[in-house]
Amino acid sequence: MRRLGRHAARALLVIIVGGFLGATLVRLAPGFGVDEEELDSRLSAQSVAALRQAQPGSGSLADFYLHSLERLAHGDLGVSTTLHRPVRQLLAERLPETLKTVALGLVLAWAAGLTLALTAALWQSGPVDLAASLAASVLLCIPAAVLALLFVMVQAPGRLAVGLIVFPKVFHYARSLLARSAALPHVLTARAKGAGGCRVLLWHVLPVAAPQLLALGGVSVSLAFAAAIPVEVLCDLPGIGQLAWKAALGRDLALLVDLTMLVTAVTLVANSAADLAARPVGEGER
Amino acid sequence: MKGLRVAAMAFLALVVLACVLAPWVAPDSYAKQFRDIPDAAPTSQHWLGTDDLGRDRFTRLLYGTRVSLLLAPAAALLSSLLAVLIGGTAGFVGGVLQSCVMAAADLFLSLPWLFLLITVRAFLPLDVSPEVSVAITFALLGCLGWAAAARVICADARTLCNSDMVLLARASGCGGWRLLWRHIVPNLRPVLLAQFWISIPVYILTEANLGILGLGVAEPLPSWGGMLRELEGFSLFSAQPWLFAPLALLVFTVSSFHLVLHNKEGWA
Repeated sequence: MRRLGRHAARALLVIIVGGFLGATLVRLAPGFGVDEEELDSRLSAQSVAALRQAQPGSGSLADFYLHSLERLAHGDLGVSTTLHRPVRQLLAERLPETLKTVALGLVLAWAAGLTLALTAALWQSGPVDLAASLAASVLLCIPAAVLALLFVMVQAPGRLAVGLIVFPKVFHYARSLLARSAALPHVLTARAKGAGGCRVLLWHVLPVAAPQLLALGGVSVSLAFAAAIPVEVLCDLPGIGQLAWKAALGRDLALLVDLTMLVTAVTLVANSAADLAARPVGEGER
Repeated sequence: MKGLRVAAMAFLALVVLACVLAPWVAPDSYAKQFRDIPDAAPTSQHWLGTDDLGRDRFTRLLYGTRVSLLLAPAAALLSSLLAVLIGGTAGFVGGVLQSCVMAAADLFLSLPWLFLLITVRAFLPLDVSPEVSVAITFALLGCLGWAAAARVICADARTLCNSDMVLLARASGCGGWRLLWRHIVPNLRPVLLAQFWISIPVYILTEANLGILGLGVAEPLPSWGGMLRELEGFSLFSAQPWLFAPLALLVFTVSSFHLVLHNKEGWA
């Protein structure tokens, strides 16, 4: 319980500090508080000053923080300047799409990565190891956006591209972890005593590798979210990755910071969950 | 494996040489338009054909390679220097400073890389000259990529601080900056070198991703990312396999870096 509280406090602190940094960047970014109406040459200097004064958070930096905090406390994430819609509404519409993409990608990456890593490391299948290592190495060298483009070309479902982007990392780490665990003395002893492949895997190898595999699970969530941006943009999937890209091109800074904080919160929760799940496994093993 | 590594090094040397000698290998400018032959197939004059604006693709590929391949190491150098400055100092001083630096590194590592990059890129002006866009893109990569390397270097610096060698130096009256520069930093060099090499392919791929998304190097200056955008118009029916030349070069170059990297990790 104490550990859970510590994790929650840490995640909250990171989000608050990140939020303040994001708000600072928004406040200090070139063009902050400038309205398009100001470009109207017929307006006098007083009118331009009045327009600037009317902008939310146009006072001092402290006023800006207070204004941002006050809005956040009321669950108001602001309004997108490019799409002219409340950010909360946009997130509610698009987050499920991204979660679907990320979940499918992770399932695919882990199913393929772990299966191939097990086959290569435990059953020491040379051809499988060579083919999987080669495929993973090639995939590691292809930009995520190009993979998404290739999926568009062959008219394959874009969501699967996330799986191919995460797969090489899962495979490489899982393979080396499992190979290292399989070479431990107690595993060799179990094999020498005649324990079967499945028994060795479930009783001797996985318990040793599980904490690190779970940590890798947490990291892979972050990787999948990052991969969602090019995949959603190029495969035209209306998720938050596509929204972030549109916000970046339109310099919709407040929306971008909200999105980044949301994704950070999700990845922090995933990493904390992986860490919390890994500890009991690790302690049990000891 | 050793033969593969030698081949990878030779390939990298060849690519670097070709892009350094680009003005002699391809005498035309990367922005010169051959208006009579837009979107042309490869010929003896235009080895990879021309793009939809009539610019020679081979010339653009050479100059694009120059941008991506010479500036990614510059960004890697910047992030490695930041990592040694931040991580090394934190590891050397220890205590509260180390905790604060590690918390900052945690914060950076919690943010998904591409989200962070496009967010910070959007804070800077998007409508800039091509040269400024190159500087912004790679400075951004260098400035935001320090966290992972700083963690490793901080941990190594801490281990070194507690080592017998440093204890002996302290006992001999060596302290402060002298200890840092004469005993700790030289011993961090192998880790720093490995971090530098690891960063290069990561930055090449990231620039390519940003370029395809339209947030990288601005036109008409070519880069691998910008050239890969042409694949958006590729159709299996009007197959133009030469459009894949930048992708092939990128894959071979990044693979070569990975192969060479195995060796560097061994040194570290």
